[in-house]
Amino acid sequence: FFSLLLTSIMAGIGAGYDLYPTTFSPEGRLFQIEYAGKAADASGTAIGVRTVDGVVLGVEKLIRSKMLVKGSEKRIFTVAPHAGMALTGLLADGRQIVNSCRDEAQQYKRFYGQAIPGKMLNQRISSYIQYFTLHDSVRPFGSSVILASYDKSGPGLYMIEPSGVSYGYRAVAIGQEKQVAKTELENLDFTTITSREAVMEIAKIIYKIHDDVKDKEFELELSWVCAESNGKHEHIPEDLLAEANKVGKQNLEADQFGSDEEMEI
Amino acid sequence: DHEAIRRRSGARVRRASWKRRRSGEGVRVGSNGRASQGLSIDTSVEGFDKGRSRENERTNDRTIDRSGEEGDDERTRRRGRKRKGEGERGARRVESASRGLSIDTSFGGFDARTGVWSRGKGKMEAPTKMKEVLTGTTIIACTYDGGVILGADSRTSSGNYVANKVADKITKVCDKVYLCRSGSAAHTQAVAGYANLYLNQHAIELGDKGCSVKAAANIVKEIAYGNKAWMNAGMIIAGWDKKEKGKVFVVPLGGTLMDVPFAVGGSGSIYINAFVDRNWKPNMTKEECKSFVRKAVSLAISRDGSSGGVIRTVTVNEHEQVKEFVTGNEVPVYQDEIQSKGPPQVEFVSV
Repeated sequence: FFSLLLTSIMAGIGAGYDLYPTTFSPEGRLFQIEYAGKAADASGTAIGVRTVDGVVLGVEKLIRSKMLVKGSEKRIFTVAPHAGMALTGLLADGRQIVNSCRDEAQQYKRFYGQAIPGKMLNQRISSYIQYFTLHDSVRPFGSSVILASYDKSGPGLYMIEPSGVSYGYRAVAIGQEKQVAKTELENLDFTTITSREAVMEIAKIIYKIHDDVKDKEFELELSWVCAESNGKHEHIPEDLLAEANKVGKQNLEADQFGSDEEMEI
Repeated sequence: DHEAIRRRSGARVRRASWKRRRSGEGVRVGSNGRASQGLSIDTSVEGFDKGRSRENERTNDRTIDRSGEEGDDERTRRRGRKRKGEGERGARRVESASRGLSIDTSFGGFDARTGVWSRGKGKMEAPTKMKEVLTGTTIIACTYDGGVILGADSRTSSGNYVANKVADKITKVCDKVYLCRSGSAAHTQAVAGYANLYLNQHAIELGDKGCSVKAAANIVKEIAYGNKAWMNAGMIIAGWDKKEKGKVFVVPLGGTLMDVPFAVGGSGSIYINAFVDRNWKPNMTKEECKSFVRKAVSLAISRDGSSGGVIRTVTVNEHEQVKEFVTGNEVPVYQDEIQSKGPPQVEFVSV
């Protein structure tokens, strides 16, 4: 028992089994892929919510420098007319995923004459990402992605991790503050929420989870694919974005003041 | 002069034609970008081209080399070449006994496109080959209220010989999606085979949803358009899917894709175009549509020599996919045709 404890303290976690993705540890873990997961969480939070009539994506973009041009860093991309993707982690890796996702959707359209269903796009991109965990000549992607789609069978929301594992979700969060965000998301009622409401809720959550101490400024990026956007993935209208920012700030201020209950000794 | 010598010997033409020969290596079928080696396809256009009927048989005279007749100088040779229908650079076009087939014999060796060996000196005689098997045909598909009905005759001809008098030209490519085939029997069977392959994979990936008719038609179109130089196939894709209900798509020669409420195809279709245009109405009942389809095919059979046999129909709707046929003696006849009374009563005498 004592030696087991010692090794786990001394070596961090890996203990020599974490040099290549092609080596399993004695417990059956692939440490490189777990580390890739940690890299994927090392940026601003991204949130996705599936509503009754579509999907809404929101990203907390941390501004690294005051000289950055507003809006120049994009974290949400359109991969097909009816599908979009939000990234976290190493953004360069994420952009490669976006490119291959676009290729898949295009090829499917070329061959079958129809828009690729969200479920199939999810399967294909997961297989692509998983491929990079099989070889020691390449490294896993250091980026998690949220995939939003709206096809014949309705809205679809999927999240793919660097290991290639992916599931369909009602709501999902990835990035730095994902645990806090997930807790907040559990309060939403997914059976009745509309896309407009979801936009406001996501804005509120992102403002709430943003850590003012660690990171100074952030920019909010929101997009949706829903009935209101005619099934097309696009960034939300300017006025709606302004309103979302306002609502987020107001909600934050309301929270800070707390309740009026007196403390009883 | 070095150039004149090379030109005379046809060497330059030979170099260019190496590229042409290598590029004509059979049917390329894309499968997510991967090309596969396919069939070597004979492209004789017999029976399908309405302008050339069976009576206009041509002879082989033009294969005889007349260039050396008056003398061996450049001028005579050029004149000879022009007489034979040869171009400036020495490419020779030879009309063979099977009409429409032109063989470029300026290079020696095996030409995969035409399936012909040549010696490269133009003195080759085009071999007489068996006429290609075609489905000189009548095919039709139309939508009705609730589904589609496909119809076809059943004659496969190879020149004057009826290779199959009970052929089935309506092929299933996917659950509830069928393909009517006209043109070269080999080409359309190959296309149907590939479409079936890709659609099966597609159906597995889709899960319970089932293939849409549009997806099937798109695959057929990609194959037809991608190999248009080598193919002779006109196809009608019709079926039923949950989203769009009954649908008919037609992919004629050249590889266009058209979404239409009804379509006719094959050599017999020209005789019934006006009839079908006039008499098809939207939202017919199933029985009305079936008798419309059978009447149309029987009219075409009565006028087109390459159509005949039985009239096959396939009815596809939400609940069923039914294959039926009208036997030869029950096919309606017109004008002076004699209706058969049934199979002949023949006594076989044991010897």
